[in-house]
Order: sequence, then structure tokens, then C-alpha cells
Amino acid sequence: MSTLTPTQGPAGPAGPPPVLVAGAERARRSIVAKPTPADVGFVAAVRGAAISTLVVMVLIAFFLALGAWPAFESQGWRFLTTQEWLPEAGTFGIASLLWGTVLIALIALAVAVPIGFGAALFISEYAPPWLRRPMVTLVDLMAAVPAIIYALWGFFFLQGQLLQVAQWISVHLGPFLPFLRVTTPDSLSGYTSSAFIAGVATGAVVLPTVTSIMREVFAQAPQGEREGAIALGATRWGMIRAVVLPFGRSGIVGGVILGLGRALGETIIVYTIIAPTFTLTTRPLESGSNTIAAHIAAKYSESNGVGLAGLLGAGLVLFVFTLFINTLAGVVVRRSRSGAATEI
Amino acid sequence: MPPVTSADPDVPRTHLPLRERESGDPRPPRPRVRTRGLTPEALVHHLAALLGALALAWLLFEQVLPVRGTIGFWLVWYLLFLTLLAAVSSTTLDRQGVIDRLTAALVTTCGLVLVTVLAGIVVFTFLRGRSALGHLNFYTQTTALIGPDAPLDQGGILAAMAGTAEQVGISMLISVPLGLATAVYLSEVGGRLADAVRRVVETMSSVPTIVAGLFVYSMMIIQFGFDRSGFAAALALCVSMIPVVTTTAEVVLRLVPNGLREASLALGTSRWQTVSRVVLPTALPGLVTAVLLGVARVIGETAPVLLVAGNTSEMNLDPLEGPQLSLPLFIFTQVRLPLDQAIERAFGAGVVLLTLVVLFFSLARIVGGRAPGRVSRRQQRRLAARFDQRSEERPDQIDAGDQPDHEGDLP
Repeated sequence: MSTLTPTQGPAGPAGPPPVLVAGAERARRSIVAKPTPADVGFVAAVRGAAISTLVVMVLIAFFLALGAWPAFESQGWRFLTTQEWLPEAGTFGIASLLWGTVLIALIALAVAVPIGFGAALFISEYAPPWLRRPMVTLVDLMAAVPAIIYALWGFFFLQGQLLQVAQWISVHLGPFLPFLRVTTPDSLSGYTSSAFIAGVATGAVVLPTVTSIMREVFAQAPQGEREGAIALGATRWGMIRAVVLPFGRSGIVGGVILGLGRALGETIIVYTIIAPTFTLTTRPLESGSNTIAAHIAAKYSESNGVGLAGLLGAGLVLFVFTLFINTLAGVVVRRSRSGAATEI
Repeated sequence: MPPVTSADPDVPRTHLPLRERESGDPRPPRPRVRTRGLTPEALVHHLAALLGALALAWLLFEQVLPVRGTIGFWLVWYLLFLTLLAAVSSTTLDRQGVIDRLTAALVTTCGLVLVTVLAGIVVFTFLRGRSALGHLNFYTQTTALIGPDAPLDQGGILAAMAGTAEQVGISMLISVPLGLATAVYLSEVGGRLADAVRRVVETMSSVPTIVAGLFVYSMMIIQFGFDRSGFAAALALCVSMIPVVTTTAEVVLRLVPNGLREASLALGTSRWQTVSRVVLPTALPGLVTAVLLGVARVIGETAPVLLVAGNTSEMNLDPLEGPQLSLPLFIFTQVRLPLDQAIERAFGAGVVLLTLVVLFFSLARIVGGRAPGRVSRRQQRRLAARFDQRSEERPDQIDAGDQPDHEGDLP
């Protein structure tokens, strides 16, 4: 499209097409593309729209930084290392929140990545052809289900199911792995509202993201190599290991990173499930944890002054963090989509 | 060298193996290799492993181990199933074959888990929301004048539905033109700036929604001094909607065959005429899909609305003035009340929200299920009829290209 330069008015002299004769001298006709006023306006308008989306991103960073400035000014670097959140006492920071955010996101990935990997392989390699399109639609639909619905499900259904699992893990594996212990192993209520449960519920939201990225990349593994592997006597799993996974490696990594970015910013599910605390949670099975997003949702209405600035600062940190993660994922996935990672 | 003919007795002829078998070859024909589906043997193996594992798990849980719990039971059953499947398969298969069976079982399970989670979420929401949905007042009243513990035959989600409609409508008014224009820029104009914009839009789609809410909060409410309102919520929704509309629309525009553009430009049209008369009409179904997907995405966003829409239970139809309720916000506030009726209302609103999302999502699939430029049989007949009619009316103008609805020329 961009190689074509339209000319206005009659395109060249009418007549028979010029015949090229060797040695014949012909005057070169120069073709000039002179855009009409409508074209100038059109290109300017759509370019303006495109630039305005750029501007929105800049505005997000600008207004978050502007609002957060008082907090950074009063706390300095301690904003990143303080655990408590006591703006009235003049000391607050996001260390515990940042740790909780990463912890819950990692638990979510531990759930979503194996299942998403398997589901992506199932859709692209194992499912019968008539089932493939419906499965892809289901994954897309699952990604469209609002987070608040996942939150209802996680709080009222999943939590009840997971309490026993959490207790079993803690009682049987706790003696060997200290981080799986809880202070009150006997009562089930000690396991409610934990980082573990919030993480698993977040994993359900991340699952479709991870699945669809991985499936998309797996489906691009070349047909010829697949058939070659099968023809050489490989089993289906042998073919997947020899062809699909090497070709889809960057898709796997990209899916994991994109899932991480999604999990880091999850608000409503975590806020609905966890009981907020301001310590560095070292026991994910025990009640109480916190994340940046859930903290903002919990505190925004009762904050003012420097506390509110602190919330904006926390939001800015989250924004920069996810921006970094997603840029990384974008680079990895784009490389796989362009085929650069799939040389033989 | 003389040409070899088949009549030459010295030249050996090739033999078709089929002939030999017909002429009484003692070897039996090899069984046909099945490339898909389960062989009877595999079916027996799987069934045997499933049932055996069930029996063993029951024995372990009911008689031996002092543990209880449904999830534990199913986990133990599944692990036993894998072990038994490996054992049974190794009677007829080698190591590679057993590994293949096990991975196939694991991978299929992952697919099943995904479907189960989605089905579980939908069914659970419907089951819990059932009691609220039966009352007509749930759709025609608000919760403004009733106490939180009022029975389900009072109060409803009218204010929330109105607020959602207004907020999504306003954010569509902003995001759809902006998103579509950006997509047109990315696909029809291009250039180095377009690459940068494409990357930024990709990043924008992953901005946490709470950050979008915080941004509007900081800009509109702290810096500009506005109150919390439905308009601010709509602005926050735009941050989620613009990237969805842009990326989907760009993909659709790229699918428009280049031949159409070139044909149009070769006729001497300007760029704007090509885009407005050829590219956009061809891609129209896909563009509608892009908008519908954007709506499905933002209609259930809670986090951004939570910060900037304010809290109320009253009907407020003015998006510019005062706090405004919306469906996700209604669910969020009701579910935090420690009352059964409130939670049932939350689930009822959840069902309505889920239905809306599925509705928009399916509409998007139905409208955009066809590649751009392809017309169905029925559309083809209709276009042909219109074309005939037009040529009867004005036979001289039929190719003048001044018809705004010129889809009749699609391949």
C-alpha cells in the first residue's frame, strides 16, 4: 500500500502502451504525487489520533508523578523500603506491598503456567479438528469474563475448596519446608484470606492470557517439520518435543511474562480475598497479605494529603513495573512472531 | 540407444505388490495404521486405569488414610490413574509409547481443567444469582430507598444498569473514533511513527486498570478539581478500551486485500477516497467486531470505576454531576455487606453483567466471523439484486463510482 503513490487527474497521455525498443531514446516522464487537500486533511487527522494515544500514555505517567511528588519528597528512598503505611505518623512505604504483589503474582503463575501450557498444547496438537475453534473461542471468552465475576467465584467457592488443601499442605509439608507452616495449623480459619488463595484465584484470571499466547505460537510451528518428525517414527510427544516446543520457545517465555504483567496489576480479586497486613509475608498459606493494587483500592477513600500522594506513588511504581514487564514480553513475543527465533 | 519398449523380453518389468497378493500371497495384509482417535486397546487401557484408580482411591480414603476432603480425593485418584495408565500401557508399548500416553493424558487434563474452570464460574454465578433474578423489581427499582437487609422483592439494579449504559456509551464516543483513526493510521499510512504507536498501544493494553483509575483521579479530581462523576469513570474506561479497539481494528484492516486498494488507486482516486469508499466498507464487519470487543472488555471493569465514579445507591442520569453507580460497582459494594440478601443481589447483578459480556462477545464473533471482503451467499444475492436494480434505473452511471455503498464490486 505505502509503495503506491496515487496521482491526481488523468494518469499520463492516452494511447497505446509504450513499446520498449533497445537503444530508443525516450524522455523519462516524472511522476509526481501531489496529495489533494482532502488527503492532507485525512493523513493529518489519523496521525493526530495516533499521536493522541501516545499522549495519553505520557499523561498517565505525568499526572501520577505530579500527584505522587509530595510523597516522594517526604519519604525519599525510604518509600521503597518502609513496610508500614502510617501517613499520619509520617512514615509509609511500599516494601511489604511490593513483596506481596510479587508473591501473589508468582503463586498465580505457578497455577496458570502449567495448566495454560497444557491447555495450549491440547488445543493446538491434541484436540480433534472440530473442537479447536470452539476451544479457542472459549479461551477468548474466559479472557472477557470480568474480574469481579472471578472475585465472586474465588471468594465464595474457591476459598472453601482450597482451605482443606492449604491445611493439608501445611500439616504434611510444613515440617520440612518452614515457609509452608502457619501459626495456627489446627483451625481452618487460620488459612482464610491468604496469599495462596488470592494467588490461585488470580491464576484463574491469568490462565486465558497465558493459554492464548502459547497456543498462537505453537500453532505456527511449521507443518513440514511436524510431518517429518512423525515420518521418522516419532510419537506425538516426540514430535512436540522435537518441533513444536523449540519453535515455540519464545512464545512460552512471552506468555509467562505477559501473564506476570496481568497478575501484577490484578486488583479486585486480591482485594476481595485477602486480609490486608503490612509485614513481609513469609508464609503464603497464612491469613493476610497485601498488594499495591489492592492497597490502593482499599485506602483511596480514606486518604488525603501525603497519604493520597503515597497511593499515587504506589500506583506509579506499579505502572513502571508492569510497563517494564510488558515491554520485555513484547520484545520476546514479537521476535517469535516475526519468525526470527525459528531458524533451522 | 534404442528405445526400450514393454514388449522387450530382456527388460525386467516392475511389479505392483497388489498383484502378488491377489495371486495368493500367504502373508496377511498389514492392518491399517490409525492416525487419530483411540484404538480399542488404548480405550481399554484408559478405562481400566480410570476405574482401577477410582477403586484404589476409595479404598485409601475410606479405609486406610485418616484424611477427608473432595479435592484431595480427586487429586489422589488422578495420580493413581496416571500410575496405573503407565503400568497398563507398558504391557504393550515401549518406553516412548508410555511417555506419549502419559503426556497425552496430562495435556488433555489441562484442556479439561480450563473448560471446567470457565463452566464452573458461569454455573456458580447463575446458581447463586438465581434467587434475585426471579423478582421483576430487580430490574425496575433501585436500592436507594431500602435498607441493606430488605428482602429481595424490594430494590434492584436499575440505577446500576443506567450508569453502566451511560459510562460505556461515553467511553465509546471517545474511544471508538480515536481507536479506529489510530488503526487506520497504523495500517493505511504507516511509517516509523506508526511502529512506535503500535508498540505504545500494545503496552497500553496491559496498563493495570487501577492505574488508569488513579490517573483520572489524579488529573480530574486532584488537579482540575472536579467531583467524582460518571464522566470521570468513562474517561478511565477509555484507557482500557482504546487499545482493544485499535489492535483489533488494525488486524482487520490488514486483512483487506491489497488488490482492492491498488485497483481503487489505479482508477485515480485519492488516498482518502480509497480509505473511505473501499477499505472501510470492506472491513466494516471487522470494525464492528473491534468495537463490540472493546465494549465487552470495559463493561465489567471495576477497579478504575471504583476510584472515580463515587459511591451512591441513587439513580443519577447526569454523568457530569455527582456520583454514579454501575453494575460492577454495585456488585462490589453489595458483596462487602455481611448480609445474605446483599450477596444474592450481587450475584444477580453478576449474572446480568456476565450475560451482557457473553452477548457482546457472541455478537462480535457472529459479525466478524467472516474475512473482510467475503460475502455470504445471501449477501451476494442481495447485492446482485441491488446492482440489477441500479443498472435498470441509471444504466449509464453504473461504473461512475459515485455510489457511497459500492460493496457490490467486491470479489
